[in-house]
Amino acid sequence: MQTNETPEYAIETKDLSIFYGAFKAVSDVNMLLEKQKITAIIGPSGCGKSTLLRAFNRMNDFVPNSHVTGEILMRGQNLYGSNIDPVEVRRSIGMVFQKPNPFPKSIYENIAWGARINGFKGNMDELVEQSLRGSALWEEVKDVLQKSAYELSGGQQQRLCIARTIAIQPSIILMDEPASALDPISTLRIEELMQELKKNYTIIIVTHNMQQAARVSDYTAMMMLDKEGSRSGTVIEFSETKRIFTNPKDKRTEDYVTGRFG
Amino acid sequence: MKNTIMENKNFRPLDLKKKMRPGESVIQSLLFISGVLSIFITVAIVYELGKEALLFFNNPDVTLTKFFATTQWQPGIGLFGIWPLVTATLTTSAIAIFVSLPLGLAAALFLSEYATPKARSTLKPILEVLAGIPTVVYGYFALLFMTPLLQSIFGESVQVYNMASAGIVMGIMILPLIASMSEDALSAVPRSLREGAYAMGATKFETSIQVVLPASLSGVGAALIIGISRAIGETMIVAIASGSGPNFTFNPFKAAETMTGHIARISGGDLSYNSIDYTSLFAVALMLFLVTLVLNLISQVVVERFREKYE
Ligand SMILES: Nc1ncnc2c1ncn2[C@@H]1O[C@H](COP(=O)(O)OP(=O)(O)OP(=O)(O)O)[C@@H](O)[C@H]1O
Ligand SMILES: [Mg+2]
Repeated sequence: MQTNETPEYAIETKDLSIFYGAFKAVSDVNMLLEKQKITAIIGPSGCGKSTLLRAFNRMNDFVPNSHVTGEILMRGQNLYGSNIDPVEVRRSIGMVFQKPNPFPKSIYENIAWGARINGFKGNMDELVEQSLRGSALWEEVKDVLQKSAYELSGGQQQRLCIARTIAIQPSIILMDEPASALDPISTLRIEELMQELKKNYTIIIVTHNMQQAARVSDYTAMMMLDKEGSRSGTVIEFSETKRIFTNPKDKRTEDYVTGRFG
Repeated sequence: MKNTIMENKNFRPLDLKKKMRPGESVIQSLLFISGVLSIFITVAIVYELGKEALLFFNNPDVTLTKFFATTQWQPGIGLFGIWPLVTATLTTSAIAIFVSLPLGLAAALFLSEYATPKARSTLKPILEVLAGIPTVVYGYFALLFMTPLLQSIFGESVQVYNMASAGIVMGIMILPLIASMSEDALSAVPRSLREGAYAMGATKFETSIQVVLPASLSGVGAALIIGISRAIGETMIVAIASGSGPNFTFNPFKAAETMTGHIARISGGDLSYNSIDYTSLFAVALMLFLVTLVLNLISQVVVERFREKYE
């Protein structure tokens, strides 16, 4: 077993459980996530995929009464340690949401704002252009950078949200069903983009789309409610995507990925 | 149990013909009438104002040049310069907004972004009770508390009646209104915007000031406009605390009479219909109306310029 010191791992969870009040939504997750790989989290609705994803950048902190037990380790530091600043955690672990949520500012400002609050001092025009090129949006918006981000299509808005995330150069990018509100062509663009991004970023993506998980990810975590009536979700199987889809160990995984769920 | 919904019994016979819906048309006409009525009443007020003011301007002694280009207002002895009343209104209102906008916005930001749900649900009703205090109480609060306070800080230069204490207390009066309306506007900003900002590594303060506030600016602007209108139109506080006698000055520590204070004082005395004092009040009222209108338009333009639309 590797430890968190091993450089090829971006992040590790140890006995991670996540609670909303007294309700344990996710229980006992142990995962080692490799650097510069795409890890997909799949599983039926309500099993805690978003909850787990949002634990990585401490977004659940905003839910009153939520708390975690166990650890999430990043380069040896527990993200939930008492000396950790959640703002700094979010600066190094970016997030793209299910519904595109650009700021009601110009396209340019959407990217510049995040960079500015993160203390970026370099050439802003250059950063905006590079981020937009990185998210494959530049050609479509280069002449309308001062227009409101709300004048873009949903797929363009989502790519803008990816652009603003990579502009602050996090080491990990979390994506919660980033393409579920998009048409197949925009979806394909986002998927191609992820392949491009993974050269330099570690990506964790939640998806309901089995083909998408199979197409884009290197590793897959299968989540499921544990049967014992507790209504808590957990990761029942975590391995290479190829293996999850062709030769899963757990019968429930096999049923789920082949569509014979329930 | 059998699920009858799934059996789809079609309990309504198929009938696609046009129906009479008397309730609908009654409501529709009532709404229409109320709309027309409110417009009509506004027009009638402006008409009445304009008609009486015209009597004033038709007086051979009154000229527009005197009205707008001189700075003394004593219609009884032929001094027709409106400015002393206008400057007093502008000074007291500016002080009121200067006090209430930052404090009101800060309170609103605290309530919507920082306070726990429990703190919010106790603090907001208290704020709204403040808005129910009669203005005469505020007036004497200005005269008997704020003025001595200002005098103890700034010394002799503060007159017994002065614009500063009236303006500050007016600001306190408007504060709950601005805070409450702004809080509504801030709370209406979708959570997804805040999450987007936090996920970029923004602090709570950066998120509140740079993302939530700009997105709520149309609501905050509405609060500002109502606040300005309340300040310009407020009568009791300025009548009690700001001084009775037109005085052309911007010095907040001096006594000066506002347009509303002037109307209240003059109309409280014996006035013969058609006297110059009587018709002059309508000219002042018309001016008051114009000042309110212009300031509202300006704030609308300003807000529209800085607002960030999220729909
Ligand atoms: N803010 C919250 N407060 C309380 N309970 C919550 C909250 N968010 C989610 N839950 C509960 O936690 C469990 C897991 O929810 P979560 O949103 O993580 O599921 P999910 O796997 O992402 O589902 P989906 O595929 O439908 O998005 C559910 O039972 C849900 O009701
Ligand atoms: Mg989810």
